[in-house]
Amino acid sequence: MKPVTQVSGRAYPWGAKNIDTDVIIPAHWLKTVTRDGLGKGAFETVRAEPGNIFDDPRYAGAPVLIAGDNFGCGSSREHAAWALADMGIAAVIAPSFSDIFSGNAFKNGIVTVVLPQDAVDRLVEVAKTDSVSVDLETMTVTTPFQDRFAFELDPFRRQCLMEGLDEVGLTLARDAAISGYEAGVAQARPFMAGERFHAAA
Amino acid sequence: MSNPQTLYEKIWNAHVVEKRDDGTCLVYIDRHLVHEVTSPQAFAGLRANGRVVRRPDLTLAVPDHNLPTTPRVDAAGHRLPIADADSAQQLDTLERNTRDFGVDYIDAVAPEQGIVHVVGPEQGFTLPGTTLVCGDSHTSAHGALGALAFGIGTSEVEHVLATQTLLLSPSKTFEVRIEGKLGAGVTPKDVILHVIGQIGTAGGTGHVIEYTGSTIREMSIEGRLTIANMSIEGGARAGLIAPDETTFAYLKGRPMAPKGDAWDAAVAYWRTLPTDAGATYDRSILIDATTIAPSLTWGTSPEDVVPITGVVPDPASFADPSKRVAAQKSLDYMGLTPGTPIAEVPVQHVFIGSCTNGRIEDLRAAAVIAGGRHVADGVRALVVPGSGLVKRQAEAEGLDRIFLDAGFEWREPGCSMCLAMNPDKVPPGERCASTSNRNFVGRQGPGARTHLVSPAMAAAAAINGRLSDVREFGLGDTA
Repeated sequence: MKPVTQVSGRAYPWGAKNIDTDVIIPAHWLKTVTRDGLGKGAFETVRAEPGNIFDDPRYAGAPVLIAGDNFGCGSSREHAAWALADMGIAAVIAPSFSDIFSGNAFKNGIVTVVLPQDAVDRLVEVAKTDSVSVDLETMTVTTPFQDRFAFELDPFRRQCLMEGLDEVGLTLARDAAISGYEAGVAQARPFMAGERFHAAA
Repeated sequence: MSNPQTLYEKIWNAHVVEKRDDGTCLVYIDRHLVHEVTSPQAFAGLRANGRVVRRPDLTLAVPDHNLPTTPRVDAAGHRLPIADADSAQQLDTLERNTRDFGVDYIDAVAPEQGIVHVVGPEQGFTLPGTTLVCGDSHTSAHGALGALAFGIGTSEVEHVLATQTLLLSPSKTFEVRIEGKLGAGVTPKDVILHVIGQIGTAGGTGHVIEYTGSTIREMSIEGRLTIANMSIEGGARAGLIAPDETTFAYLKGRPMAPKGDAWDAAVAYWRTLPTDAGATYDRSILIDATTIAPSLTWGTSPEDVVPITGVVPDPASFADPSKRVAAQKSLDYMGLTPGTPIAEVPVQHVFIGSCTNGRIEDLRAAAVIAGGRHVADGVRALVVPGSGLVKRQAEAEGLDRIFLDAGFEWREPGCSMCLAMNPDKVPPGERCASTSNRNFVGRQGPGARTHLVSPAMAAAAAINGRLSDVREFGLGDTA
């Protein structure tokens, strides 16, 4: 994964609440076996509305999306994160995110920035005319004005983003610990293994 | 004895392989369910990096999301092709991946095929005290058996396939205590809709819910599965219910459950899991079950809940200005006028099925209403059993005849019209009473309007051709 330290540029000043992953990418786009090309299905139902924010030339190619509470609720589909990444979004700012979505976003190099509602409201205003900048080094969101909003990020996620780490590779390096755990359980609670699946006759 | 612990804390602590300095934990995963939609890219990632599936014996794959619910074999028993090329490719990819990586696979025509969240408990793959994941948010359902179960994204699917672990931070705990006896016609679905209406769709974010109280204790495993299933609609990644005698009785003898001495040892361990007296939750609420009416949704969020005796709400009645805007948008999409009694709203479609309400007790409850009656003119009503075994059981009980005689369609198992990835869709602008879990915009097809209801209420809507109070049908307890 490509390391991310800063995301700067125009931002979609959306602010909508409870945006579920069916809105981010409808189910009929999920019949794919690759991660690519989902940007064209992103926000399909929103884009069907005339004058929608995603087809506004002012924000074309914006790397930041500003949304309302509970962004990414609903289905666990990582296709939502792939669709955002494919349309060039590298950071989403909102007052809150669903747990599954923020995990998926981060694994695809998308920063989810949690800020209080009043900060989000201010950024929505600024983004209508100017750019915003998300900095992982200083953990702040800034604007060309005097705005400076500090945010928190899970230290492990921050490190993975900034160093572009492969999580599977990291964990495979802990093989001895995992094997040790498995051996312990096999000893103490052998019943946890259960029985394997056998097709009925 | 050590500090009192919650059920969640006990399961979590038993699965921490190691804790990193930054507080993130490497957590062991005991069970992994795999389906065709969220796994292709995960297997591709393994292949690209020359990696293998660490524990194929703890992994079980079954196709469900894409499968058409029309017959899958012809009269001679040959498999019929799948018309949609993209669906066919995804299904073929799962079959090939499970073969290449040695993962146990229940194929599309096997009698055990079904929705992952119906198959897991049914096979005894889901066990108390285990950690269980699947690339599907309704994995929370398995918490009904006391498993810490949650949905994951595809990168995490790949991580579990390769390492049998996940890197996680602990969740906060949220007790939803439900006390009292349910009224006539009030089912577990009504209970969970009521709970989500109370806490909101972000109410459980960052938390694992534990459902406690007499209402839950007296509920069957199938009812508990309905409750835990929709934890995600309340924002909680997982929902837990303490294992008890009902749980053990349900699991005993299931094909993949422990046998003989292993069973006895397992039960002894499971009895240690319930939350200790004196343990505390980060948050608790109390729900009085006796006040819950048969409930349903009016809008495009699962928190938009009204009792069937209620009316379509007026957006102006919401204090929060952003909620007012959202409510107006919902009503525009749903084609509803404020003040309309919800029980006067006509429907054109009825869907009975899904991982929320596709089990045998759900079909029985719907059949009680359907029996000796007929689906209203202009209504298409689908019954889609949650698995092949549910379908067989229903047919053994004659439920298929009851539904067919009443004018319902009796289909093959799968996710079907819950998310409309297969050909079962609600056309634009048409309205569906659905026993599924999400009423999002476009969920059951572009422009489709969804009202979430219990199986009995869905059957009642089919008969009356409108959203209906199941209690009009003069029955007793359908839970």
